[in-house]
Amino acid sequence: MHLIINGKDHDDLPDGLTVAGLIAHLELPERKIAVERNREVVPKSAYAETELANHDTLEIIHFIGGG
Amino acid sequence: MSDPLVIAGREFQSRLIIGTGKFKNYEENAAALEASGAEIVTVAIRRVNLDKPDAPLLMDSIDPKTTTYLPNTAGCYTGEDAVRTLRLARELGGWNLVKLEVLSNVHLYPDMAETLESLKLLVADGFDVMVYCTDDPVYCQKLEEAGACAIMPLAAPIGSGLGLLNPTNVRLVREAVSVPLIVDAGLGTASEAAAAMELGADGIIANTAIAGAKDPIRMARAFKHGVIAGREAFLAGRIERKQYAVASSPLTGMIE
Repeated sequence: MHLIINGKDHDDLPDGLTVAGLIAHLELPERKIAVERNREVVPKSAYAETELANHDTLEIIHFIGGG
Repeated sequence: MSDPLVIAGREFQSRLIIGTGKFKNYEENAAALEASGAEIVTVAIRRVNLDKPDAPLLMDSIDPKTTTYLPNTAGCYTGEDAVRTLRLARELGGWNLVKLEVLSNVHLYPDMAETLESLKLLVADGFDVMVYCTDDPVYCQKLEEAGACAIMPLAAPIGSGLGLLNPTNVRLVREAVSVPLIVDAGLGTASEAAAAMELGADGIIANTAIAGAKDPIRMARAFKHGVIAGREAFLAGRIERKQYAVASSPLTGMIE
């Protein structure tokens, strides 16, 4: 499937991913990130059941140093 | 002697908040945090770099269970951006205490009209909002009325290290608002933190002054002591300024 993640096209992803599946596929530390799908925050509790659709736009963020 | 800083019902023993930007690495940042005694750190929210999944993470060096993360809205120019960013931070961290900063392109000065509108959106969304702002006492009062849980005027332009440029305004802001007053941005060294605290500030945020010092860990410790000294002096109450000398030793009983 095709997703836009953090502003970049990813068109080589397995079909039928959930948010949890995507996080696992990208090998991201689930407890240290947050995910927004089509401008809506995805609650952590809903990762497993949130199915992604082709061409969804995702933002995956974390905390970094700042003032 | 307990003298906690209370922000939106949360109690902190330290009145110093430090940033997490510009340090050499997160280890140095963690060491500076320990030296500073701070219990709160400001943090930014950014995209994960998917090309570098092994990059060091702030959360691995500074534990959000023992240090309060204060997510900021640095880089946001509208209320909508700020709310969107902090909703993500809230989901990630699980807390709702945040630092609102909506900056302009004019020397990174706060855009106060946009800041006030953003504050209203965030308060309506259930956030406890500490607000970075100019030292205009009128605007600071408006922020309090709109529900800010702390007012955080700048001492000088961000990262400038120019120190407390307008002590009179900090004093006027102190009189104009009743929520905690935290002097944020522009301080350069520990004595300036002390001076701000002596005017009645409830706390200080320092980032560049610490991270940019030749020895950041030592400067973190200096700020810790500066903040404590300033707070103590404020509570002690300074003497009145007099125009002429007043002898400290008795003028009678001299040997002849």
